[in-house]
Amino acid sequence: MNNITGNPAFALELNELTVRYGPGCPSCGESPESLDRNRCPVCGSVWAVRGVSLRAREGETLGIVGESGSGKSTLMRALHLDEAPTSGAYFLDGGEENLFGVSPRRRRYIRDSLLGMVYQNPYLGLRMFFSSGANVAEKLIAAGSRNVRGMTERAEYLFRYMEIPFSRVKEPPRNFSGGMQQRVQIAKAVANNPPVLLLDEVTTGLDLSVQARVLDLIKRVQREFGVTMIVVSHDLAVVRLLADRTAVMRDGVIIEQGLTDRILEDPRHVYTQTLVNSML
Amino acid sequence: MVKKRSKHYNFAFLDEGSKRVIRRALLKAVAIPGYQVPFGSRELPIGRGWGTGGLQITLSVIGPGDVLKVIDQGSDDSVNALSIRNFVTACTGVETTTDSGEATLIQSRHRIPEAPLKAGQIMALQVPMPEPLRLVEPHEAVTRVMHAEMDYAPMWLALYESIVRTGDIELGADYPVMVEDRYMMMPSPIPRFDNHKLHMSPALFLFGAGREKKIYALPPYTRVVSLAFDDHPFRVESTHGRVCRLCGAADVYFDEFFDSATGGRLYQCSDSGYCEKRRRAGARATEPAAPTA
Ligand SMILES: Nc1ncnc2c1ncn2[C@@H]1O[C@H](COP(=O)(O)OP(=O)(O)OP(=O)(O)O)[C@@H](O)[C@H]1O
Ligand SMILES: [Mg+2]
Ligand SMILES: [Zn+2]
Repeated sequence: MNNITGNPAFALELNELTVRYGPGCPSCGESPESLDRNRCPVCGSVWAVRGVSLRAREGETLGIVGESGSGKSTLMRALHLDEAPTSGAYFLDGGEENLFGVSPRRRRYIRDSLLGMVYQNPYLGLRMFFSSGANVAEKLIAAGSRNVRGMTERAEYLFRYMEIPFSRVKEPPRNFSGGMQQRVQIAKAVANNPPVLLLDEVTTGLDLSVQARVLDLIKRVQREFGVTMIVVSHDLAVVRLLADRTAVMRDGVIIEQGLTDRILEDPRHVYTQTLVNSML
Repeated sequence: MVKKRSKHYNFAFLDEGSKRVIRRALLKAVAIPGYQVPFGSRELPIGRGWGTGGLQITLSVIGPGDVLKVIDQGSDDSVNALSIRNFVTACTGVETTTDSGEATLIQSRHRIPEAPLKAGQIMALQVPMPEPLRLVEPHEAVTRVMHAEMDYAPMWLALYESIVRTGDIELGADYPVMVEDRYMMMPSPIPRFDNHKLHMSPALFLFGAGREKKIYALPPYTRVVSLAFDDHPFRVESTHGRVCRLCGAADVYFDEFFDSATGGRLYQCSDSGYCEKRRRAGARATEPAAPTA
């Protein structure tokens, strides 16, 4: 299943990703059935993600749903190359290099130029003590821009687009509401027009009305920027709204994946059935 | 001027083993321009923070045939310059000079001489704070990785933020540079006015930080570019309309005095050796020390 190069049909391809926290041991390494949910009772290691494979075509949005602790954020951090996984292969745009094996400088380039990420926790995605404009500029600087005016104009454009009042461009995001912080994160994530956008629980913790507006915004970005997106949520309603296809995660494993409509209308796995029923 | 060397110490004070350790660090530094090489800083009979980094470099590269110049903030005659010069001559017996053109080895704090340096000359600069990224990252372990990965975006971001907030980059002396498009480096607290003297210089620059135990270098003809944005170019301190009250030089870096008699300001070459040499050649202030208000 592990191929050595990416398939040109896919903008994003992940093969057999495994992320283990802890040393692992013969018991959990050889028989995953021995795990207690995602944890090895013998050595205490957490198998946060196990053998996860994903494929997304250009412009497609892939939804990931699952309960708390199922490994969604761990998966997203791996896709953003924030931490090295235990094993797996990752290709963008049918490329030949496994992105999990590249040099630190190359990794930085890929993260800065080809990926955009919105973190579940805005404190991970934003510099709270810099101005919001500078937060957007950071991404542009990282991708090589050295033009103050150009960067400031880009930040202003994106703020207008994200419906962030222009007057707040010089304010640090720590002064902002949760919804506004997420908008700044989205502005920062799309600043370089990256081909791939990773969104981890963008609307969690927001008021319903704010949630609706942020979701509208993401739909607009989806349409107008033509990006390939991975959208993580524990909320099936969010995924239904955004995702073409959906994968259901539990205890680090994908237990079911398919077209979002199919998953919602005809869930096959008992766990998915419970999820769908609880949504209705 | 040649002084007799004291026989109580090894030549150049440091034992040969210590010199070798420092020279090894220097060789590595020269091989990787702008990269900070850690070294085992030695104890010297002057306080740390008084330039032990630069002095250790001087003591490990100096030979009996060298001609030494010691500068402190441009001056050959300050207490600090004097005591370092006396110390080095006492333990080496080398000849000294105030003329940068005659020196083979120049130890300096805060200035690079006005007269262009030549091939074969070595400049040893004292560095209090070698790490440019300390401005944006407090942890040494992290800044090392940042250099390795050329992760300089946080520094550029700090400059960007400064421009957006205040209209300018709020850095004075010790204005960071990029070396050969690879390493970000502190030029030591020289005025921005001196930064361009590092670029493509025929001389060898050695930088020593005693307290921080770091050595770095610019071999001759190294590309050194001060950080700047395309639309926000690097600017040096203005010397516009100023002349030295002693030698009449313009376009040099000045010390500024308050003239209690007139209430105006007076300017004088910060590079005392340069000023002296000009006056010896007959240069005078053209107007009688015209004070500007
Ligand atoms: N650094 C870590 N060290 C040890 N265990 C970790 C670490 N990070 C995550 N885990 C564990 O990995 C599992 C997956 O966590 P993860 O945060 O990916 O879940 P999630 O699906 O994003 O949950 P949530 O919906 O609450 O955000 C959890 O059991 C978690 O405790
Ligand atoms: Mg999560
Ligand atoms: Zn185990």
